[in-house]
Order: sequence, then structure tokens, then C-alpha cells
Amino acid sequence: METPNPGTECSCGCTKDAQAVPTGLSSITPFILSSPLDIKEDVPCCGAPAGPPASPYEKAGYSICPYVDGFVTIGQDSVPRVKTRLSPKDHVSTILARSNIGRNTYNVAPGLYATGNPNGESPVLVTANFKLSFDHLRRELQGVHAWILVLDTRGINVWCAAGKGTFGTDELVNRLKRSRLSSIITHKKIILPQLGATGVSAKQVKKQSGFSVIWGPVHCRDIKNFLGQNMSADKKMRTVTFSLTERLVLIPVEVAILLKPAAIFFLATLFVSGIGPHFYSLPAIINRGLPALATLTMGIIAGAALTPALLDRLPGTAFSVKGIISGVALSFPTALILAGFTGVTGVLGLVLVATAISSYLAMNFTGSTPFTSPTGVEKEMKRFIPVQLCATVLGALFWLISAF
Amino acid sequence: METFRYIQGVSTLKLDSETCIGCGECTRVCPHAVFELTDKKAAIMDKDACMECGACALNCPVDAITVSPGVGCAAYIIQSWLKGPSKATCSTP
Repeated sequence: METPNPGTECSCGCTKDAQAVPTGLSSITPFILSSPLDIKEDVPCCGAPAGPPASPYEKAGYSICPYVDGFVTIGQDSVPRVKTRLSPKDHVSTILARSNIGRNTYNVAPGLYATGNPNGESPVLVTANFKLSFDHLRRELQGVHAWILVLDTRGINVWCAAGKGTFGTDELVNRLKRSRLSSIITHKKIILPQLGATGVSAKQVKKQSGFSVIWGPVHCRDIKNFLGQNMSADKKMRTVTFSLTERLVLIPVEVAILLKPAAIFFLATLFVSGIGPHFYSLPAIINRGLPALATLTMGIIAGAALTPALLDRLPGTAFSVKGIISGVALSFPTALILAGFTGVTGVLGLVLVATAISSYLAMNFTGSTPFTSPTGVEKEMKRFIPVQLCATVLGALFWLISAF
Repeated sequence: METFRYIQGVSTLKLDSETCIGCGECTRVCPHAVFELTDKKAAIMDKDACMECGACALNCPVDAITVSPGVGCAAYIIQSWLKGPSKATCSTP
């Protein structure tokens, strides 16, 4: 039996324990935090007037998360009820997480939550404790009375966590026990996101906990229809998509994680660009270095942004090939215009390095897609990493030679 | 997803029709509609759409499906080459 986590700070500044509230009320009693309190206040003897009294759900060492707007008391348990409308702060933090800022601490406390006024018959929806996953789910539950069971996936989304095993059978069985769900609901069914099936064995969950897993839709946006259709998903709900919008939202993270390695690579490029017939030339760092940086930047944009955006339009099945095509398309005109004075050798050198970068980054985008198989990715890597390495070495040599 | 096709003819997915009891669980967990139920048995309809996530094999009640499951992520595979599979992670959550 583990003791509740006594008040660790979460990313929103609140403390992390989904059920850090007193228990003891016997019926289902929703408590709204924002309810006006009709308290007659004594006239203060000095200073500002006294604020409202503490809510009965406050507990020493804990504070209530901003996405919780009340508590549902059922039997011996008080369960935090979450808002189904995202606040401006939620939207800002989503943008930051999508830009790789504060992403590593972007999680919610695992445990049981509620939306609306659920009772023992209400459905139970399971999700990950990555706040984006949690927000995606709750915003689709307006007007739905349901329980949300949040698993501890270490702040990682359902799909990735299922692949890593943290959205898995053991965590689910453990969380079911810790949340005392069997004493709250009368049925024995839990709805899991379909993409969690990579990590969860429904058979083992049934065996170890007695709960039956119902596979929900892939996307939270279908959850209301799914519930309305007597908890059955059609083929469309069961199939993953990878639309332009779904690809575009991934690009900021792709670019953000490159900033540090790109800075180091750029410094090295500037240094190499200074090497010339007079051993080392400071003006060459500017004259040759800046066009080189512009061309390499085009390689990064081609691999990390253009290839994901045009993934379905670029020819080739291997992502590395798509990266080569977009890399040449962006870096060749840039090198020709800005570094044309370095001749064929210089332009070729820059295009080779920029295209190798683009091809490598495009290949890395396989990890962000929902359709690349590990066997396929490994085959692609074995074929194209040697090509990318050769192009980089040759390109760097050509660039050096072009100075002489 | 039929607009996206990755490298063909590589999937390690296999289905033993003899063992299959036709429960349809594989059709419910596969995110690429690889399986269909025909004549009370599951059949692999689109093997090249398989991304080897392993959901079907993990959830088949009679272990009729085998696949070498993994993460189709180049960053993860590079790390598993360099550090070993147990320490490999994707670069982003």
C-alpha cells in the first residue's frame, strides 16, 4: 500500500494528487469550487477584509489544480471533477508544449477524475498523464457524465507510452486498484483508447483485475459518437489518420529539438569556411560562411518542416528519399544565388551537405508518424545512413577545396 | 491512411488460421484495418499496411498472431544500436 504523494509541485503550480481530498460523505454530492459562499463576515479590526473561507476539500500541503472545478463525492470517495472547457492558460501551455518548452514536466497527477455528475453506472475512460492527452479527452466530454482514469505514463502520450510499455497492463491493473474503482462503479467495464492496445493485454487485465477492456476510438473527437453508439467503434473510428494539420503541429517540436545541435554545427561550418589559401581568413568566415549557413538552414527546413508538410506529395516510399528531393529543391537555388561565386565545387559541396541533413531529418520523422514499421525503418536506415554520411564527408571536402 | 504507404513486403506479421477462433479482437485493436473477419476466421487483408505495433499479437486470446513488435522510429533504432535496446528512447516524448 503506497502512501499518497504529499504535495509535489506539478507544472501548473498545483500539487499532484488526484484524490488528495477528505472523504466520508455518503451520497453523490458534487461540490462546485466557484460557488458563492453566503458567509456573514465580521467587520475586520484593521487591514483588508477577510477572504472567503477555505473549501472543505482543501488539505494541508496540497492545492487544487486549475482544471478542477469541484468534487464528486460517491460513497467513501471524493473525486476531482475537471473542466471540459480549456482555459486560455491551457491553450498557451499547449502551444509551449508543442514547441518543446516545458514539455518534459507537462503531466497531470495519475488517478481518478470525473466530468459532469457521474454515478456508478457511468462509463470509465482511461488516458495517459501527458497533459495534452488529458486536455484532448476532457474537452470532448462536455455534457458527458463519466469517470476518467489517468495512468502514470511518465508524462507521455498514449501511443508512445503504449509502445514503451508505460501505458501497459501492469500500470492499468495497479491504477485500478489504487483508485478503488471497483467500489465506485457497479459495472466492470473500462474504455481504453485503441492506440493503447500496443501496451495493454485485455485478457491479462480481465484476469488480474476482473475489469473488461472495451477498445474505444483512436481519436478523442469520436468519443461522444462512440458512447452514443452503445460503445462500438466503426472502421473509421478505428483507423489512424495523418492529415496535414496533424503533421503541421509536429513541426515546431521537430525544429525545436534541432536548435542545439544546429548551433554547434553552424559554428563548425563558420570555422571551416575561414580555411583558405592564406591559411585562415577572417573575412572568409563572413563571405563564405554566411552563404554556407543559409544553404544548410535550407537543408534543415527541408528535412524537418517541408518533408513532413508534403509527406503525401513527395515521391518515394523511404523518408530519406523524400528528404533528398526536398533538400535539393531548397538548397540548390539557395547555394546557386548566395554561393555561386565559389564555383561548381563550392555549390555542389553545400548542396551535398544540406541534402544529407535533409535526408537524415526526414528519416527521423518516421518516429512521429503512425504508419512506419520498425522493420521498414531499419531497412531504410541501413540503406541511407551510409549515403548520408558519404554525402556529408564529400560535401565538406568539396567546400574546403572550393576555397583554393 | 491508404494515402500513406511505407516500405512494402517487410512486415513480420503472421496469422495462424488453424488456431484462430474468429473472436475479432485483432480487427478491433489494429489501427490500420489490416485484418478482416471472413467465414468466422480472421484474415490478413492488407499486410503492407502493418506497422508492427504488436497490438494484435498482444491481444489475441489464443496467440494465433505473431509479429516482431517495435517502434518505427529512426531515433529510437539509432539509440538501440548505440546503447542497446533497453536504454534506447525516442528523442521526444
